Amino acid sequence: MVSGSQTIQKNALAAAAKNTEKGSAPVLAGNKVEKAGVPVPTKGKAGRKPQGGKGLKKSRVGDRVFYMINGIILGLLALIVLYPLYFIIIASISDPDAVLAGKVVLAPAQLTFTGFEKIMERTDVWRGYLNTIIYTVITVLLSLIVTIPAGWALSRKTLPGKKLWMVYFIIPMFFGGGLIPFYNVMSSLHLVNTIWAIILPSILSVWNLFMTKTFFESSIPDGLIEAAKIDGAGHFYTFGMIVLPLAKAIMAVMALYYAVGQWNGYFNAMIFLQDENKYPLQLVLKEILVASESTVGGSGETILEQYRLANQLKYASVIVSSLPVLMLFPFVQKYFAQGVMIGSLKE
Amino acid sequence: MRAKTKLAAPVDGVGARSVKRQKNRLGGKERRKRLRENYPFLVMLLPAAIVVFLFSYLPIYGILIAFQDFMPGDKIFSDSTIWVGVKNFTRFFTDVQFWPLMKNTFLLCIMGFIIGFPLPILVALMLNALKGRKGAKWLQTIFTAPHFISLVVLVGMLQIFFGRYGLVNNVAANLGFERYSYFLESSAFRPLYILSSNWQDFGWSAVIYIAALSNVDPQQHEAAIMDGASRFQRIRYVDFPAILPMVSVMLIMSIGGLMGVGYEKALLMQTDGNLAVSELIATYVYKRGLTGVPDQAYATAIGLFNSVINVILLIIANKTSKKFSQNSLW
Repeated sequence: MVSGSQTIQKNALAAAAKNTEKGSAPVLAGNKVEKAGVPVPTKGKAGRKPQGGKGLKKSRVGDRVFYMINGIILGLLALIVLYPLYFIIIASISDPDAVLAGKVVLAPAQLTFTGFEKIMERTDVWRGYLNTIIYTVITVLLSLIVTIPAGWALSRKTLPGKKLWMVYFIIPMFFGGGLIPFYNVMSSLHLVNTIWAIILPSILSVWNLFMTKTFFESSIPDGLIEAAKIDGAGHFYTFGMIVLPLAKAIMAVMALYYAVGQWNGYFNAMIFLQDENKYPLQLVLKEILVASESTVGGSGETILEQYRLANQLKYASVIVSSLPVLMLFPFVQKYFAQGVMIGSLKE
Repeated sequence: MRAKTKLAAPVDGVGARSVKRQKNRLGGKERRKRLRENYPFLVMLLPAAIVVFLFSYLPIYGILIAFQDFMPGDKIFSDSTIWVGVKNFTRFFTDVQFWPLMKNTFLLCIMGFIIGFPLPILVALMLNALKGRKGAKWLQTIFTAPHFISLVVLVGMLQIFFGRYGLVNNVAANLGFERYSYFLESSAFRPLYILSSNWQDFGWSAVIYIAALSNVDPQQHEAAIMDGASRFQRIRYVDFPAILPMVSVMLIMSIGGLMGVGYEKALLMQTDGNLAVSELIATYVYKRGLTGVPDQAYATAIGLFNSVINVILLIIANKTSKKFSQNSLW
């Protein structure tokens, strides 16, 4: 996150230099809004594009104020988003006493890596990590096998009973059996306390299915499919040899969505898994991170000591567990920009 | 037959329609042929259909136990099944927990909605109005990042910041204030829940509006500039109308979810201290149905009651939207 914000600063500054990127640039330029100054420069009429028409002076001044305020607010918002992440990083490498004394706010104090050392010793964390990786990989593979062909089929006009199928898949989006019937189904399928209890229900999200369908509808030219048909290609062949190679983008997005979902989920694991050896990372983290305050007993001193130890572990575990996902997400961003989800509902 | 259809199809609308009618008339035979030709699509659809059947439709069937005197392990239909009608529902309506649960669920949702619905729209409009494209891209990346943090970590972070020995208290103590455990206070639960939800998801929710905004025809802006419109006026009269259909759709969906807050985050945030406001319908269903001495029929009835409310809200919202604008989900 830190490195991210630094790059942004660079970027924003460069942009400011280039095209009178007023307002937003100085605000973005770091955590020093207060210092660097709210007197956001009114610099440069230089790069302003001639925006047609005359007599717009007044509105231009107004616009400049608007851009300035807009930039400041967005910059502050970025700080609000980034600061908690930044704090956890600096707290994780600071001495716990300094953190508890409220001295670690803007920069780390008395560098130490005990939190990370402690987490290295926690076998349950690493077992959870390994479990999560296994579950995530299986989930992603199965979900692609299920979602991509189904999305293709749903996108075809000649799919027999297409309207009925649409209804079939839409209903669960708005109405479900609820938790208890779901649990009972899993139990009668003998999935409780197996890893399949957390994998199988996650391999299809109807949202993702409709997203895939929309992708195919909008990005595979009909002519291509017609041509394949005229050449005598069957539906399976067409799908495997022509459609799939063109579906890399949607496959990447789907893989990432399903991966993030499985990586971050805890609830199914909590209700379905009893064997601690099968616990995914989030469930282990839950015990480290969300130990309810009221359950910590003892006198004031021991409580403080417990917190001292626990907090270090918390910071480190947040970082260790979130890093892989946070690193993945710029890749998703490249793809998800289209408003694919909602358009798919209509028809 | 097939050749005929093909020939007729590319004619005008009337022709196409008559072909369709003809097809319908010849129903069976034609349909069978289409089925034979297109069965591969069914094969491709099958795995997804099975997954949805198993994990969505079977539970819907399982709702029947809400009308039974059901013990864990019972079959849904058997000779010994005891049907009790709506007894489980009336029991819930007279449960002392009923009104607190309704109130907690509704308040949390409506407060979340009031902040969480407009915020992404505002952010999208503001990002769109930002001058540098690069800056906007970076900001968007920053804003979406928290979406990828897990709920467990998010609630862990809340404790890191607002717990008794969290940052806020550490700084406050440093300045001579009392330490104050936000997690044990009822009054802090909703603000913490809503603010953290918004912190996590406003950027993600904005994406869909940003996509809609990117489809606005630049010529409209140019024309507005010619007319002397300020940037703010262009947002008001060009950008906002452009995303209005999307806003309606999202509004309908949010209203459908007004009683639909999930248990996952609330369960993580619950403490003995804040239970009076943090116990929601969903968390209550979980506790009654899966923990302690489970009362599954009762919990299922409560869950069903909640989903029915959601569906009704959704239908009302959709109808209303259809009436006043042309936007609707179906």
